[in-house]
Amino acid sequence: MLNAPHKTGLVFFPAFDWAIDPTHPEREERLLYTQDQVTEEGVFDVPEIIEYKPEIVTPKDIQRAHFCVPDEQAVTTESHLISAGGAKAIANAVMLNEVKNGFALVRPPGHHSMRVTHGGRGFCHINIEAIMVEYIRSQYGVKRIAVIDTDCHHGDGTNDIFWHDPDVLFISLHQDGRTMYPGTGFPSDLGGPNAKGSNLNIPLPPGTSNEGYLYVIENCVLPVIEAFKPDLVVNSAGQDNHYTDPLTNMNFSAQGYARLTSMLKPDIAVLEGGYAIEGALPYVNLGIILAMAGIDYSGVVEPNYDPERLKQSVSITDKIKTTCDQIMTYWDQRYELREAAGEPGQIMTRHREVFYDTDNIFERQKEKVRVCRDCGGSFEVDSKATPGNHILGVHIPINACKACREQGYEFYDRADNTKYQRIYLQDRTTDLYEVKQ
Amino acid sequence: MILGLDVGGTNTDVVFLSQKGVQKYVKVPTQPDNLFKSVLSGFTLILEGVDPACIERVVISTTLTTNAIVQQTVTPVGMIVSAGPGIDPENFRTGEHYYAVGGSINHRGREIEPINEMEIQIVGEKLQKAGIEYVGVVSKFCVRNPSHEILIKRTLNKQFKHIFLGHHVSGNLNFPRRIATTHMNAAVYPLHKEFFQAVKQSLEEMGLTVPIQILKADGGTMTLEASMDFPAQTVLSGPAASIMGAIPYAPDGQDAVVLDIGGTTTDIAFLVDKTPLLEPVGIQRGGYKSLIRSLRTDSKGIGGDSALRVNDEGKLTVGPDRMGPAMAFGGSVPTPTDALVVLGLMEEGDQDQARQGIKSIADQLGMAEKEAAEHIFKICCNIILKKTFEMIDTLNAKPVYTVHDFLEGYKFSPDTILLMGGPARFFAEKIQDMYQLETIAVPYASVANAIGAALARTTCEVTVNADTEQGVVTAHEEDFAEPISKSFSKDDLVETAYSLLKGKAENAGADPDTLNEVEVVEFQEFNIVRNFSPKGKILRTKIQLKPGLIHGYESMLNQQALEN
Ligand SMILES: [Zn+2]
Ligand SMILES: [Zn+2]
Ligand SMILES: [Zn+2]
Repeated sequence: MLNAPHKTGLVFFPAFDWAIDPTHPEREERLLYTQDQVTEEGVFDVPEIIEYKPEIVTPKDIQRAHFCVPDEQAVTTESHLISAGGAKAIANAVMLNEVKNGFALVRPPGHHSMRVTHGGRGFCHINIEAIMVEYIRSQYGVKRIAVIDTDCHHGDGTNDIFWHDPDVLFISLHQDGRTMYPGTGFPSDLGGPNAKGSNLNIPLPPGTSNEGYLYVIENCVLPVIEAFKPDLVVNSAGQDNHYTDPLTNMNFSAQGYARLTSMLKPDIAVLEGGYAIEGALPYVNLGIILAMAGIDYSGVVEPNYDPERLKQSVSITDKIKTTCDQIMTYWDQRYELREAAGEPGQIMTRHREVFYDTDNIFERQKEKVRVCRDCGGSFEVDSKATPGNHILGVHIPINACKACREQGYEFYDRADNTKYQRIYLQDRTTDLYEVKQ
Repeated sequence: MILGLDVGGTNTDVVFLSQKGVQKYVKVPTQPDNLFKSVLSGFTLILEGVDPACIERVVISTTLTTNAIVQQTVTPVGMIVSAGPGIDPENFRTGEHYYAVGGSINHRGREIEPINEMEIQIVGEKLQKAGIEYVGVVSKFCVRNPSHEILIKRTLNKQFKHIFLGHHVSGNLNFPRRIATTHMNAAVYPLHKEFFQAVKQSLEEMGLTVPIQILKADGGTMTLEASMDFPAQTVLSGPAASIMGAIPYAPDGQDAVVLDIGGTTTDIAFLVDKTPLLEPVGIQRGGYKSLIRSLRTDSKGIGGDSALRVNDEGKLTVGPDRMGPAMAFGGSVPTPTDALVVLGLMEEGDQDQARQGIKSIADQLGMAEKEAAEHIFKICCNIILKKTFEMIDTLNAKPVYTVHDFLEGYKFSPDTILLMGGPARFFAEKIQDMYQLETIAVPYASVANAIGAALARTTCEVTVNADTEQGVVTAHEEDFAEPISKSFSKDDLVETAYSLLKGKAENAGADPDTLNEVEVVEFQEFNIVRNFSPKGKILRTKIQLKPGLIHGYESMLNQQALEN
């Protein structure tokens, strides 16, 4: 019988009866072959691997991470709630020490969903990792969390949700935005004025192979995590870096994913993208599960794997090294960068435009944040979306100082309710969510 | 008229049933090292004064294979496994004669790497040299494409007495369990064959010529002939017999729990509308996990003979060990049975001995004798029921894979408890009192297992996969594969499955009038999409003949039987 060195929790929710539409890449059988592979391998029979049933998230769970416009029900279906609930179930198992670590193999994904959500972007409606992270912080009082997004696309939603939060380290590895959706995530995008350096974006050139990914993990991600000293490490484990993925242009393999997982040692991994459902996902998921449980994964190899053909060029290697050096320089300068970003008490303004490719919505945002050295700073976001919705969301961070808390309430109380359909208050200090209409 | 025989650990029970009810029953002590003799003397006793010509059906349930596996007295067999990419097959080694060979099939059933026949021949020679006569062959994903197993068998067929193939074991995926199950079938085969051929011959000499049915772990029966290919399916048929014996008394359309309170353990099982719940994958008990369909049962280390003690904190503990019989029956350690004697609930046994035992516990607890006995009784009920409700929680927490199942998930919630085993009737009233759940002590509790075996009907299942991209519908477990067109539908799939099931059931000796008790256990349908355009469909189904009782004996359940 096969035993694992420690306990690993799994939530497997393939949502076999839900899809955006019948030929959409994020569709019913995305996890079918994974289920076949994992079942055939007898993974659920390893005594230390414990399968959990997904939970379902409540509006309250979503309200810690999002302003849903007009409300939670309007932007979600049951599968979104269960998918996020799968991450929540794994979080509970890990936080209650029932398992050492856990992996939520759920769909639909979530990492393109931002703080304000009017609908679907990049197959995502609500951000399942962010909902989980906020749940963990409220429920278990954990302070510092690192979220490492290894999906091939920039985790722009998660990036946005923790943009101003110095207590959540967000690192995204992704194919260079100049070559792929959503076109964001450059090294100089480092987070809001109060959180510079706690958002790190590492674009990788097309054609990056195992060597490049593992180089970034070893030389950038791990040293940053070590310095940040998180209480918990979360991996947004997207699998679309695979050399057979139809939506991307990378050369990562199942062995690479397993190795990355055993280096990163995430407490919680949550599945994101990955659309090579037949030739990649079964092997990649198996590799990650075995790596998390500490079981030998050396036999997990795709049928057509040829490492020679997937070797990355010297110029790619050089580019990656340069990016890593640049990221580490930013990281080392993070406190100076925060100092330079503005004076405490000052209000900084930012304008943005967001396109929702899945639901064809165009959104303009104007955001105001209080510069603060003591906390993440309260902010308000004025969001106007075509067609029609105009809302204001006010966020007070979970560890807000007194001044920022007051500032948050001032944003909220002074908001002109003739101008907005809805005004939301997300006071994370008291886990309160309020809506004025 | 029917004969049912169940070989238990202590007694071999035999019943003779007519449509009016239990006509006769006998108990003979089981001789653990001579089960054949136990079976034979059971049949000899029950047939005294009975005309063998009136017997229409004989069902036997025995611990033969279970014992052989637990005591590891099975025949050494060779195992050849072909794994392909994934977990190192060395982890699933079944013993000394275990060989992992090349070759690989993927999850869609496509060949990735062929079998190397030279390699197989070399392994065959090694096995022969080691004196091996029986061999199991298992390849990963053989359920999707068994060609590698078939090729290996063809290569080695002449050199061995019998080669068992993994894809015949089950339509379910699970390579390690398939290895274990195939190994078990091969390993118990000679023993099983010899035993049942002897039984058959002896029964024929007594004038019993009806086909013999054998009880399986899933509470269903199969013919003696069918059992030869899957002898390991008889593993753990003992608990299955008991559960089947409770079914006649379970309420229609409701959930019920079956508690079989024995000497050392209490077995717990579940019925939904008189149908027992099955293990999701296969027998998983103790050290082995298999693909053998079995009823969902669990054991708690508490029974009438569990040792009673008072721990350092002054708290009463019950079991999980047994230190011999109750003091009332000559034991040296007080047990729950002694408490029953002290409470006057049980009249058998030595009153004074029982009181002496309970008094020693009472003194340590600082209670009066009767009070302590009452306390012990209550604690026992509590422990059993707590374990039962924990199991129900586990049952209700099982993972789901669709939004529909998540939202509609059936929650098991019992309305009735059915108690079996020696002390059952003493516990019934207490449990009903404590938990406000209707609690019934099953009539003929002491031979209900043999009644269960007698009345069990044939069960079987088939798993059918269709892949319209590859243009094939298969049920490799049944050695079935046929080409299909792109338009193959759900209805076509279910029709195929039903006709396969019917054939299989008839082969296994099913009564034609139970063939309508078919249940679709699983159905899935997926589009295969490549580059945003549909290429075909994958359709999967699993259908089964549910475990349950044969027809014609329902009147046994009349009020009179219940009052017996
Ligand atoms: Zn990413
Ligand atoms: Zn992606
Ligand atoms: Zn502040």
